[in-house]
Amino acid sequence: MRIQKWSAAGLLLIVALLFAACVAPQPGVQPAAPQAEAPAPAAGGVQIPEPVADKFNVAFVYVGPIGDGGWTYAHNEGRLYLEEALGDTVHTAYLESVPEGADAERVIRNLARAGFNAIFTTSFGFMDPTEAVAEEFPDVYFVHVSGFKRNDANFSNLFGAMENMKYLAGMIAGARAQADGGERVGYIAPFPIPEVIRHLNATTMGMRQTCPNCTMDVRWIFTWFDPDKERQAAESLLEAGADVVITGADTTGPVQVAGEQGKWGIGYDSRNACEVDTEHCLTVPYWEWGPEYVRLVESMIDGTFVGEDIYFDVDSGSLGLLGFMEGQTPAPGVPAEVIPLVEDLLAKMLSGEVNRFSIFTGPINDNKGNEIVPAGVSLTQSDLEGLQGIPGREDCTICMNWLVEGIVPDAEIPQ
Amino acid sequence: MEFAFLVTLLAAGIRSGTAILFSTIGEIFAERSGVLNLGIEGMMLMGAVTAYGIAFATGNPWIGLGVAILVGGVMALLHAVVTISLRADQVVSGLALTFLGSGLSAVLGAPLVEVRTAPRLPNFPIPVLADLPILGPILFNHNVIVYAGLLAAPLAWWYIHRTRPGMELRAIGEYPAAADALGINVNLQRYAYVVFGGMMAGLGGASLSLAITPLWIEDMTAGQGWIAVGLVIFASWDPLRAALGSYLFGAIRRLPLDSQNLPFFLANPQLGYFMNMLPYLFVILLMLISARSELRRRIGAPAALGQPYVREERGV
Repeated sequence: MRIQKWSAAGLLLIVALLFAACVAPQPGVQPAAPQAEAPAPAAGGVQIPEPVADKFNVAFVYVGPIGDGGWTYAHNEGRLYLEEALGDTVHTAYLESVPEGADAERVIRNLARAGFNAIFTTSFGFMDPTEAVAEEFPDVYFVHVSGFKRNDANFSNLFGAMENMKYLAGMIAGARAQADGGERVGYIAPFPIPEVIRHLNATTMGMRQTCPNCTMDVRWIFTWFDPDKERQAAESLLEAGADVVITGADTTGPVQVAGEQGKWGIGYDSRNACEVDTEHCLTVPYWEWGPEYVRLVESMIDGTFVGEDIYFDVDSGSLGLLGFMEGQTPAPGVPAEVIPLVEDLLAKMLSGEVNRFSIFTGPINDNKGNEIVPAGVSLTQSDLEGLQGIPGREDCTICMNWLVEGIVPDAEIPQ
Repeated sequence: MEFAFLVTLLAAGIRSGTAILFSTIGEIFAERSGVLNLGIEGMMLMGAVTAYGIAFATGNPWIGLGVAILVGGVMALLHAVVTISLRADQVVSGLALTFLGSGLSAVLGAPLVEVRTAPRLPNFPIPVLADLPILGPILFNHNVIVYAGLLAAPLAWWYIHRTRPGMELRAIGEYPAAADALGINVNLQRYAYVVFGGMMAGLGGASLSLAITPLWIEDMTAGQGWIAVGLVIFASWDPLRAALGSYLFGAIRRLPLDSQNLPFFLANPQLGYFMNMLPYLFVILLMLISARSELRRRIGAPAALGQPYVREERGV
């Protein structure tokens, strides 16, 4: 009902706008723009929001639209959580669809200049711009999500061990394939970068736990967001015989396709990804940025913030697996026998007993049969992130540029 | 085995090329009449969001489809007023329409992002024909909207090349002064075809959100409107070639996915980036064409493309 009214209002609005545009004044006789309000500074065509006096002002810079239903959507949920948790002490603002590159630096600088106390930038490509502006504004706090740079004072980077949740999702997928008598699971991989490869490998290892004979098929799509391509990749995987399709990209299309064909899907990024087909969606590993935002902003307010590399694990409360967190029940498609296994391992992750390093502990072979991680050896943080030549960070020795055993042997990382 | 691979590839190409096809046919009509409309992306987005919203609100995808067509037409009417009556620059007005459409659809669609249950247009395997080997899965086992696309292309071709109004359409785009002398109301017809183009773009958008990628997400066309603009040139303003191009484009998007795990050159990421760039390259080409009469003649573009018609002024 609410939507219905809204739709009618929307249509009226369109008509009104079109009408207004039709009767727009001729060039040259335009009325002068009202000058009562001080013009807000603009950067790269982006209007910079105004901070509010007597509050701790936090700005968020998003790479995509908050309506993407995925990555940026989840970050925006985190922003709302922050507002809710800290109430009147904070004021938040956000800029969406900010292009990476030179524009981003201008946007971030103008936010700092406008008087924001803290600025969160949530895309890998904002890393260097954030670093540059953090140098210029030592009194402003900066947090960059998904990168690896920082300083010792006012600039941190933030990311989380989604590989844990991907591992659990892999266990569910493997169990499902096993129960259906199938031997194939499919993964939609956005880009050949360490983050995606790490998630793919963790998922595959989880799958092998519950279905030792299963193989993981992969489609590289070279985009985070393209509804048609994501659907096509899912179809391609299903045609190649996958019983479960797991997506590492933003939209829910792959889950939808799997459901249409009576197969199973696993989403990503935001916790409502399953709503598209609750019957055929098994789970969603999702980000819960809110608690981490609150912790960081509180440390900024009481002055204990220092620049650091933050890579939270499951025990931070900022990672979720749909159906298995407090107050949730597993989706109907999850095989009963795997539920206690997942619950058990998740409990260990939540208590901190199991973490990302336990998952990536040898012996681990690659998909060609070569030994990559010797027995008893765990990957280091630099290995997981595939860091090389980063000042202040160790170089990786077993860099994340291999595909784990269980992925189809012909698969290669595109170069 | 390889045959099955081709069959699924072509079926997927036809399905995912359908939205582009509708928009391309619409743009062919507009450009044939002499009006370039770069606002397809915006009209498709508005079509997609209204179709999804109305389908969800009313529970009937067909009403959503109808409203989306209307919205596309209304947006194109705006372009027509600005470029035909006010004789403003067609490129600038079209771009403005795209910005308007993508912004407005984002605002209107914000509450719809969480809606996952809007009704869709039905799939309809055509009895008997769908069971044919090879041709069945490629042509006759699709969503209803896909059949509409398969029919629209030959219909549009027939209209343009075999009917009296089609001849008038070609005349107003080639030599509007002559058409005017024959008693054809050039500007009225241009209005009609620009609006029709917008309705087709609205239909294209609706076919995305109701059938091809059935959901609403901001910017869900992901550049398909621009691809349509480019395809018009590729098809040299011919609806049948447009169908070929649209379906080919759908298949080309799919091919690198199916061919992965093979040491195949199409899995090369550089090629992926190149493919992503193509539509924009086409747009630049199109702007070049509409600016140079010599080039227009050589590739078969409507001679008056991009030129507003003013009676008594010596035209092309």
